[in-house]
Amino acid sequence: MSMQNKTNEQQLAAFEARISRGEKVEPGDWMPDEYRKTLIRMIGQHAHSEIVGQLPEGKWIPHAPGFRRKLTLVAKVQDEAGHGQLLYRAAETLGKSREEMLEELLAGKAKYANVFNYPTPTWADVGVIGWLVDTAAVINQTMLAQTSYGPYARAMKRICYEESFHIKQGYDSIVALAKGTPEQRAMARDAIKRWWYPTLMMSGPPDSLSVHTSQSMKWKIKSKTNEQVRQEFVDLIVPQIRALGFDVPDRECFFDKRTGHWHYTQPDWEELKRVINGDGPMNRERLAVRRKAHEDGRWVREALAAKGNSQAVAA
Amino acid sequence: MMDTQWDTYEVFHQTKKGDPHMYVGSVHAPDPEMALQMARDQFARRLKCVSLWVVNSKNIASTDYQNEDFFAQVTDKSYRDPKAFEAPDKESPNEH
Repeated sequence: MSMQNKTNEQQLAAFEARISRGEKVEPGDWMPDEYRKTLIRMIGQHAHSEIVGQLPEGKWIPHAPGFRRKLTLVAKVQDEAGHGQLLYRAAETLGKSREEMLEELLAGKAKYANVFNYPTPTWADVGVIGWLVDTAAVINQTMLAQTSYGPYARAMKRICYEESFHIKQGYDSIVALAKGTPEQRAMARDAIKRWWYPTLMMSGPPDSLSVHTSQSMKWKIKSKTNEQVRQEFVDLIVPQIRALGFDVPDRECFFDKRTGHWHYTQPDWEELKRVINGDGPMNRERLAVRRKAHEDGRWVREALAAKGNSQAVAA
Repeated sequence: MMDTQWDTYEVFHQTKKGDPHMYVGSVHAPDPEMALQMARDQFARRLKCVSLWVVNSKNIASTDYQNEDFFAQVTDKSYRDPKAFEAPDKESPNEH
């Protein structure tokens, strides 16, 4: 019997059997609509996060302390643009065009990592994004490098490699502040305080409030729950923060010998809902900057398209 | 105006002369020349690279995963495998 003649139920059973054998799903393969929709949503949001993620740090490029830090920050922001491109390509293999995704982002209809709706008022915020935010991101992305959708898994492997540079440069710049003057130490301490809860929120709402988790785990899109990913982050980062002589900005944070994990206070999930729906400190500015960049780049795209067309005519 | 949806080009990357070009991913570009520049910025901005190939995705022909018959081996093909034959004795005949 050919694949075309199989009923939907048989196709679903064959698909789930492949997933449970650990096989990767590739673009031309049959997949349930819900699998396709989930991945378009996830990869699209991930791509938007890379693009918007350039903005909080990008604004510090002209003010970076010293040439080496400036070059490093340019390289990091360039990586994020590159990751955005890789991810838009991965999402396109599921049938949604990059153009559509870009337009949704500019129209304010698309979601991106909520953490980028918070401000970066000092140089220490840039270091803390590399250290805390990118550590949380890499824990999630290392999991996603094992995802059942082949093109997403391949993009993630490459991205994780580059993200490890992002973490190290962020940590290095916070170590420099930690060893510095009392003012520099205070700057780092305040930035840790500002970013702690927004970073904890990155792994998503608790499992009891997460609408997508169980189906995503069944299809091996994800292999860990939001709570598992968050706990892994807390267990990794709390000893690092303490080792630099800073306090974790949570009085309830202690090592629980009974569970073998660091206990922490849950973030304010109402705040997440409010900010993700557009009412955070930086949502409007982020989109305004992105729209301006898109308009400012229009003449370049038009010139390149004209060049491409004239070559096509000449050929 | 649709001005961000260019063609896609598949990218092949060579780390050093003599190595094969390896497939690394794809980029959007309005023409092959720009595709090479995009490919350099995307896939060669960190790791060593001595040569890139790009090919318009439209020009790639591929097999279909669902058509497993295409690769089916109906007869025993083990005779094609060097391991199917015994290796010559390693000792040199002159030593006997």
